[in-house]
Amino acid sequence: MPQALSTLRRYTPARVALPSTGVSLATSEVLAFQLAHAQARDAVHVPLHLPSLALRLQQEAGVSQTLQLTTSAPDRAQYLRNPGLGRKLSDASRTQLVHGSYDLAIIVADGLSALAVERHAVDTLAALLPMLAEWTLAPIVLLTQARVAVGDEIGEALGAKCSLVLIGERPGLSSADSLGAYPTWDPRVGKTDADRNCVSNIRYGGLEPKAAAAKIFWYLQEAKRLGLSGTALKDGGIVELLNS
Amino acid sequence: MQLQHTIGGMTYSFRDLKDLLAKATPLRSGDELAGVAASSAVERAAAQMALADLPLRTFLKETIVPYEEDEVTRLIADSHDPAAFAPVSSLTVGGFRDWLLSDEATGEVLSGLAFGLTPEMVAAVSKLMRVQDLVAAGRKIQVVSRFRTTIGLAGRLSTRLQPNHPTDDVIGIAASMLDGLLLGSGDAVIGINPATDNVETTATLLRLIDAVRERYAIPTQSCVLAHVTTQMAAIERGAPLDLVFQSIAGTEKANASFGITLAMLDEAHAMARELGRGGENLMYFETGQGSALSADAHHGMDQQTCEARAYAVARRYKPLLVNTVVGFIGPEYLYDGKQILRAGLEDHFCGKLLGLPMGCDVCYTNHAEADQDDMDTLLTMLGTAGVNYIMGVPGADDVMLQYQSTSFHDALYLRQVLGLKPAPEFEAWLASDHASRLSEASPLHLTAGASACHKL
Repeated sequence: MPQALSTLRRYTPARVALPSTGVSLATSEVLAFQLAHAQARDAVHVPLHLPSLALRLQQEAGVSQTLQLTTSAPDRAQYLRNPGLGRKLSDASRTQLVHGSYDLAIIVADGLSALAVERHAVDTLAALLPMLAEWTLAPIVLLTQARVAVGDEIGEALGAKCSLVLIGERPGLSSADSLGAYPTWDPRVGKTDADRNCVSNIRYGGLEPKAAAAKIFWYLQEAKRLGLSGTALKDGGIVELLNS
Repeated sequence: MQLQHTIGGMTYSFRDLKDLLAKATPLRSGDELAGVAASSAVERAAAQMALADLPLRTFLKETIVPYEEDEVTRLIADSHDPAAFAPVSSLTVGGFRDWLLSDEATGEVLSGLAFGLTPEMVAAVSKLMRVQDLVAAGRKIQVVSRFRTTIGLAGRLSTRLQPNHPTDDVIGIAASMLDGLLLGSGDAVIGINPATDNVETTATLLRLIDAVRERYAIPTQSCVLAHVTTQMAAIERGAPLDLVFQSIAGTEKANASFGITLAMLDEAHAMARELGRGGENLMYFETGQGSALSADAHHGMDQQTCEARAYAVARRYKPLLVNTVVGFIGPEYLYDGKQILRAGLEDHFCGKLLGLPMGCDVCYTNHAEADQDDMDTLLTMLGTAGVNYIMGVPGADDVMLQYQSTSFHDALYLRQVLGLKPAPEFEAWLASDHASRLSEASPLHLTAGASACHKL
C-alpha cells in the first residue's frame, strides 16, 4: 500500500485503506465487519426504558413534565413488519393527550435505535430548550415502538403549531446510536416526508448534540417565520450559522 | 373479461388486473403489508396461470391507475409506441415469457421493443419468471449510455463511487474518493449523498469532485444526490454539476411525497441540457420497491408493478444511470435475503427491457434478515445478468446512510470472476500517469486544490 493510502483512516470513519489479499478482504477485516453487523443487529432489539429517560430529562435538561406513551405496535416484531402501527398512538395513549395552544410539541421516540435516544436525546434537548424561551412548549412526549409520522398525530392532538420528533435512526455498522430530528410545521395526520425537514446523524463523532440543537433551532425559527417546513424550506443559512 | 383459473374443481377469481398482478407476485412482505398479496401459495399459482393466459394487449385497454388521476399513467399511455409493440402484440403474457427466452428474441430485437412495452406488461411477465429467467433474458439486453465514460458495454462493469461522510466533511469525502479511485471505482459517477440537503453543501461537494476530476484528468461524472430543487439552485449559483439526480416512484402521489412532479423533472432536465457539460444522457435516477406503499400512494398495486412504472418516468429523460436501491427500504417491504435477491433481479430485468441503463445498489439494512452472504449471491447473479453498474462504498459500510452496500473490493471480485472490465475510458485512465500521480496524493492535496480553485 502506498504511504499516502495507509494514513487515509485519519480523515474519515469510513472503512478506507482496508487490508486485502488478492482482490479480496483480509481475514481481520472480514471478521471485524461481521462483529459490527452483529452489534447493529442487537441494537435494533434493545428496548427503551421511558421512566429512566424521564428522570434524566428532569435532572439534566430541567424538563419537569413528560408524558410516557405507546404506539399501536404491541411488540418489536410487529413494529418491524408493520410500520403503520408505529405511526399511530395506542388507544390508551391517545386519551392522555389534552388539546391546548402550543407553539411546539417535542416527541422523543425509540425508532430503530433506543441506544441513540439514551445517548444523545438528553444532551440535544439540554442545548435546545434554553433557545426556545419564547416558544410555548407542550409537555414532552416520550414514546416507544414509534415511527417519525406519529409526531403528526401527537402535534395535532396537542394543538401545536409545530412538532419536533427526536428519534433513533436505523443503526449503521459504524454507528448504532445515531439520532434524527424531524421538525414539521402544522403537524396533522396525512403529512408526508416532503412536509418535514431532517437533521440526521446526531451523535458524538457525527453531528454533536450542541451543533444539532443550533441546526434544529434554525429550522424551527424558519418554519415559524415562513409558516412551512419540508422541501420548500432550504437551509442555506446553516453553514454561516455553524461557522459563526 | 374473465380473470380466473380453476385448479382441481376450485375456481380462483380475481377482481381486476391489479388484483391479478398482485396475487401473481412471488411472496414479499410489502405486498402482505399492503394487504394485496395472495392469501395462499395455491392462490398465487392460480393467479400466475391466469396471468399467463392473458393477452398482452389487455394492458393497453385497461389501466391500473386511472388516466385522469395520475400523470405517470398518462405518461405511460401517451408515450406507448404501437409500431414497436407489433412484434409481440398477439402474445399472451405466458407466451411472451417463452418468446423472451427463445433464440428469436435477440438483444437487438429486444432493444427495438422497449417503447412498445408498458411497465405493467413487463412487470406481469417477470412474475412468471424464475431468477434464472430474469438473468438469461436480462443478459441479452444491452443499454449503453455515455457522458465522459461509456457505460453498459458488453464485458464491462462500472461502479458509482459513493464516498459519503456523516457530516459532509470534504477531507473525509476526499479520503474515500481517493481510496475508491485507486481501487478502480468511480467510472459510472462519483456520487455523494449529502448528510444535509442544502445548496451550499451541494455546491461545495460538486466543486470538490470537479477539481479532483480535472486535476487528475479522470474520465467520470459528478453528482450530489440532494433534492432536485437543491441541485437546480446549485446550478443557478454556478456549481459544476454533471448529472441531475432524483429519487423517483411509479405514481404521481408517490412522486409528490418526494416533492417532485414530471414538470419539475422536465425543468431540471432542461437546465442540465443548457449547461452543455455532456451529451444526451444527463440524469441519474434511483428507485426501489416499496417507496409508493411507504407514501401510501400505491393505489392497491403490488410494489413490483409500482416499481416498473417508475421506469416509465426514468426513460422519459434518457438517463445516464438508473439503479434500484433494492434492500434499502427495510424488512417491511423485502423481508430477507431471498426477497431482496429476487427483487434485485426483477428490477434489473424490467428496467433493461423498458430500455434503461440499469444498475443496482445491492444492499440491506441492519433490521432486515440479510447479511453479506446474501449480497454476494445477488452481486454475482447481477454480474451474470450484465448489470451496468453497482455501488462502490468503502468496506461496504455507508457511514452516512447507515446501510450496507457493495464495496470497492466486491466490484474487483466480480470483475475478476466474470472477466469484466471498467468502462473503456476509465480502464485507460487507470493505466495512465494520471492515476499513478493520484496514488501519491493525500486527501489534503485533493481538497486544497478544490478550495484554492473555487473559493465560494
